[in-house]
Amino acid sequence: MSKEIKDSLGIPPSGVRGNIHEAIKKNILILDGAMGTMLQRYNFSEEDFRGERFKDFPHSLKGNNDLLSLTQPQAIKAVHAAYFEAGADIVETNTFSGTTIGMADYFLEEYVYELNYESAKLAREVADEWTAKNPDKPRFVAGSIGPTNRTASMSPDVNDPGYRAVTFDDLRIAYKQQVEALIDGGSDLLLVETIFDTLNAKAALFAIEEVKDERNIDIPIMVSGTITDASGRTLSGQTVEAFLVSISHIPLLSVGFNCALGADLLKPYLQTLSQNTAFNVSAHPNAGLPNAFGEYDETPEEMQSQIKTYLDDNLVNIIGGCCGTTPEHIRLIADIAKDYKPRISTAVM
Amino acid sequence: MAVVETRRNLVLAGLEPLIITPDSVFVNIGERTNVTGSRKFLRLIKEEKYEEALSIAKEQVEGGAQIIDINMDEGMLDGEYAMTKFLNLIAAEPDISRVPIMIDSSKWDIIEAGLKVVQGKSVVNSISLKEGEEQFIHHAKLIKRYGAAAIIMAFDEVGQADNYERRVEICQRSYDILVNKVDFPPQDIIFDLNIFPVATGMEEHRLNALDFFRGTKWVRENLPHAHISGGVSNVSFSFRGNDTVREAMHSVFLYHAIQNGMTMGIVNPEMLTIYDDIPKDLLEHVEDVILNRRDDATERLLDFAENVKGDVKSNEKAVQEWRSGTVQERITHSLVKGIDAFIELDVEEARQAATKPIEVIEINLMTGMNVVGDLFGSGKMFLPQVVKSARVMKKAVAYLLPYIEASKQAGDKQGNGKILMATVKGDVHDIGKNIVSVVLACNNYEIVDLGVMVPPEKIIAAAIEHEVDIIGLSGLITPSLDEMVYLAKELDKRGMKIPVMIGGATTSRAHTAVKIAPQYRETVIHVNDASRAVTVAGSLLNKDRKIYASDIRAEYDAFRETFLNRSRDKNFLTIEQARKNKLQLDWESFTPVKPNVIGEQVVEVELDVLVPYIDWTPFFRTWELFGKYPAILTDEVVGEQATSVFADAQEMLAVILKEKKLTAKGIYGIFPANQINDDDIELIPPAPEGGAATKQVFLTLRQQSQKTKGAPNIALADFIAPKDNGITDYMGAFCVTTGFGVDEWAAEFEKDLDDYNSIMVKALADRFAEAFAEYLHEKVRKEIWGYASDENMSTEAMIAEEYKGIRPAPGYPACPDHLEKPTIWKLLNVEKEIGVTLTESMAMWPASSVSGYYFGNPQSKYFGLGKIKEDQVIDYAKRRSISTDMAMKWLNPNIAD
Repeated sequence: MSKEIKDSLGIPPSGVRGNIHEAIKKNILILDGAMGTMLQRYNFSEEDFRGERFKDFPHSLKGNNDLLSLTQPQAIKAVHAAYFEAGADIVETNTFSGTTIGMADYFLEEYVYELNYESAKLAREVADEWTAKNPDKPRFVAGSIGPTNRTASMSPDVNDPGYRAVTFDDLRIAYKQQVEALIDGGSDLLLVETIFDTLNAKAALFAIEEVKDERNIDIPIMVSGTITDASGRTLSGQTVEAFLVSISHIPLLSVGFNCALGADLLKPYLQTLSQNTAFNVSAHPNAGLPNAFGEYDETPEEMQSQIKTYLDDNLVNIIGGCCGTTPEHIRLIADIAKDYKPRISTAVM
Repeated sequence: MAVVETRRNLVLAGLEPLIITPDSVFVNIGERTNVTGSRKFLRLIKEEKYEEALSIAKEQVEGGAQIIDINMDEGMLDGEYAMTKFLNLIAAEPDISRVPIMIDSSKWDIIEAGLKVVQGKSVVNSISLKEGEEQFIHHAKLIKRYGAAAIIMAFDEVGQADNYERRVEICQRSYDILVNKVDFPPQDIIFDLNIFPVATGMEEHRLNALDFFRGTKWVRENLPHAHISGGVSNVSFSFRGNDTVREAMHSVFLYHAIQNGMTMGIVNPEMLTIYDDIPKDLLEHVEDVILNRRDDATERLLDFAENVKGDVKSNEKAVQEWRSGTVQERITHSLVKGIDAFIELDVEEARQAATKPIEVIEINLMTGMNVVGDLFGSGKMFLPQVVKSARVMKKAVAYLLPYIEASKQAGDKQGNGKILMATVKGDVHDIGKNIVSVVLACNNYEIVDLGVMVPPEKIIAAAIEHEVDIIGLSGLITPSLDEMVYLAKELDKRGMKIPVMIGGATTSRAHTAVKIAPQYRETVIHVNDASRAVTVAGSLLNKDRKIYASDIRAEYDAFRETFLNRSRDKNFLTIEQARKNKLQLDWESFTPVKPNVIGEQVVEVELDVLVPYIDWTPFFRTWELFGKYPAILTDEVVGEQATSVFADAQEMLAVILKEKKLTAKGIYGIFPANQINDDDIELIPPAPEGGAATKQVFLTLRQQSQKTKGAPNIALADFIAPKDNGITDYMGAFCVTTGFGVDEWAAEFEKDLDDYNSIMVKALADRFAEAFAEYLHEKVRKEIWGYASDENMSTEAMIAEEYKGIRPAPGYPACPDHLEKPTIWKLLNVEKEIGVTLTESMAMWPASSVSGYYFGNPQSKYFGLGKIKEDQVIDYAKRRSISTDMAMKWLNPNIAD
């Protein structure tokens, strides 16, 4: 990165903030675990979600986890710190639903920029504290970009398969705003994740490229898709290879899978991916499948033993957790990953 | 460095990947979903028959197409709309969308619309340097950002590459710009090197195939990783109508092109023979032409083609026979067959019989050329033959010329007239224009040929400078149509007096009459094909030209009128007018039957009660077996399948009944009701104890399309007595479900990967829900409301809806408005009473549920709302107290453009 670019980003001189391209060559990097699972432990009430600032807001806000970055910032920072303490190299900002499309459910569209900016800033502050404590292990902030609750290549109406509830341009515009705020707030990289419709992801990548172009900057991008079930396909119907082909037009830091499945069920798809891409490979599976009560009950030890098979097979460069994972899960994953060398790609597709 | 990098793979994707490696066999691109190439597809798209259009796409994929090319470029189509709509529908068909899409258009806006709706990695077809480097770079950058590969036409600011050197020059330049300035992945570059026809009878087309092969080889050797594609059917263009020869030409061309490195192409698999299966003699003749191996290759193939076609039994006798016909028959025969041996003899005979030598041209020769025109127009003659005819024509005219001169006054020695020919701005196709020029020149017209991509100012300036008599405009691609309209406007603005002839593949009589002719006071005429041009030009310039001009004008005016009237047929009434034309029932003599029970009631029934009410026909439809029950069980085609699935259904049905796997729960209510404000229905449920009644209002939608005389514009509200008549009428609503537990049971099967039984459970639960609705409706008619207490009918009659009164459901044709469901939910307290909920998109959960209204009026009937207009939507939004945008969203499928 040139000096001008660093200045334009407001990035402090290296030493304080690390270089992820260097770090990923040396070690398997550890991504954090679930944010939602951790926040549930606080049992926040409607009043807590609202805080002082939104106490007279006319609509219910309970359940809007992204909003907690504004109303309960200490809780968010505590979760980030817990994951860093457990050994994570990268934490994700609390912005999974942070687009005008996602926030429309809560009538909070106008706060989208601020939500993303503040979330990135919170994560940045915690990351910088931990990097300062141990400069040999620099910590990174990944701006989390979720899929939104609408699909650009599927119709929500079975009787009208040609209908679309959201268009590419709707998504592109919404994502662009989110991306700008995440970068302004201090994200080191961007993570387009839980992709169940590749067209949504392509809109996000398009928006990122626009921002990169307009600001004349570069920023590493992680892409992470979701294989929804045993069909081995994304919700929008693509196979692992087709998904990979469809997002590889942009230079990526990594490509991978997260959510929907536990580490064991995810493995075959990760293998296909790893064989076919020259990009780094990431995985952040769920802590198993939800039980009858919708809870994830796979223990840190169980998950660790499954992740160990990933490492034995040299499948990943970045590893972390999704739904149901906790700092304990991440601690055990980090413990074992440090004994392994990062995956080296031999792929040609 | 001397290291040679291995050729990189070109990877594309639909739902599945397509990886083109150096070892891949030729990639076949489907071409039938192209409105410029398939009349059938064009018609289906124009008529919005997208289902059928999808089946064409599906057939192609099933037939082995590895990529499908989709093109919506047609003057009368909204290309962006059609592209978006069709690709969205394809996305819902996994059998089609598994392959990558080729987004084909000459308009960038249509390409971009396509790029915005495909999730896979597609191919753009095409971009080029035609409009300069800046545009080229801009488009390439966007294509990269959308994540697609691109076909690059060998084409620059000067024009289309039509020889080897130009192909090399343009490809090298395009490649360098893409790789160095845009950072475009070289393996995603696919060059289209322009496949041009051979055997056209024109000298300069002899090398067309060879130059393509050489260009292909050069690209593959000099531009690392780049690929080659092309539209193969072009090469045999001059043999339209003779499929045997065409198929052989395609195979031979592909055979050599692939050997030189062509990797993919747009080919109709049905128009392809196996190279080795081509008969030796045909193969030799075709290869002579393709590879330009003999000077007389074209002539020889042409002669040979006659035999191949097998419709000309030439023998000595027949040769002699035609000579015994009348002079007109002989002249026509010579022209059609392109025989020049006897033409001077016959023309001399005709001249002696004529009062003036010019009449031989105007009568005898023109009659013959009209026959040629008809045969060519109907695909029964090929282009080279027409050129031969033109040569005979030219010889005849040359023979007559001295006589015509002699009979004229001195100083008047011009030819037939001067014609300007040009391919309009933005279009580089000139084969058609050149042929017309040749044919006209043969007929003694002086041609001023301005070439291709001619801007309008230049056409006008040249027309004035050369004092031409006719302007001939040509175009092959869709945007050319707009250019022609623009030029007509400009001619009119400047008060020009020169008639215009329009020709080229995308032009049509319809477009000329509707869009171009009205712009210009002088004559504008569409010319179907080259041979027709002579007749038309003659008529435009002969002494009766004023009559001809006004005939054409009248013909086009009439055509336009009918055309516009046809669109007017689809016209709509305003919502006010539609309400004035509402269904007027005779309320004076009508006494509504008072229901035995008023208010809502929960109902639970045993499943076995419902079994006789099951309509099995839709059950088979779930399994894609089409036919009526019970006849379907013995159907010739699907009978076996139907019987087997039906047996499995009976087995599961027995388990359902025995183990009580499903429960049937429902709620209904009948209430006093009146029509208010024409389209709404007000219901007054009984007041709860100690409270006031809460009115509920159902909003109905009214048909708005123009009806035949006497037929009303119906809304459901018409079936309920208006409030101001003072009659208390009634209406009901219901919701029934048999869906609780279905998902869990189906999930058990799914866990065992038993999709068959999972679908079976759901299909049966759906049937039970429908049966429950049928059962409850009967109860309502006979007992609860009781307006048909004497009814007694069979299940068949019931399924055939022979009963009185209706039970329409929101979301179905009579009331497509899903937002009515929440009103039913409120009215009956559905969620609390039986637990059925509505999702965000107003779907019922569990899925095996049915809800709707009851109308008891004996005159009520099922109908389809059809399309409605914006004024009703705005009015509806007000009544519903939602924003117009919201209303547009929900009613969208029913809103007319």
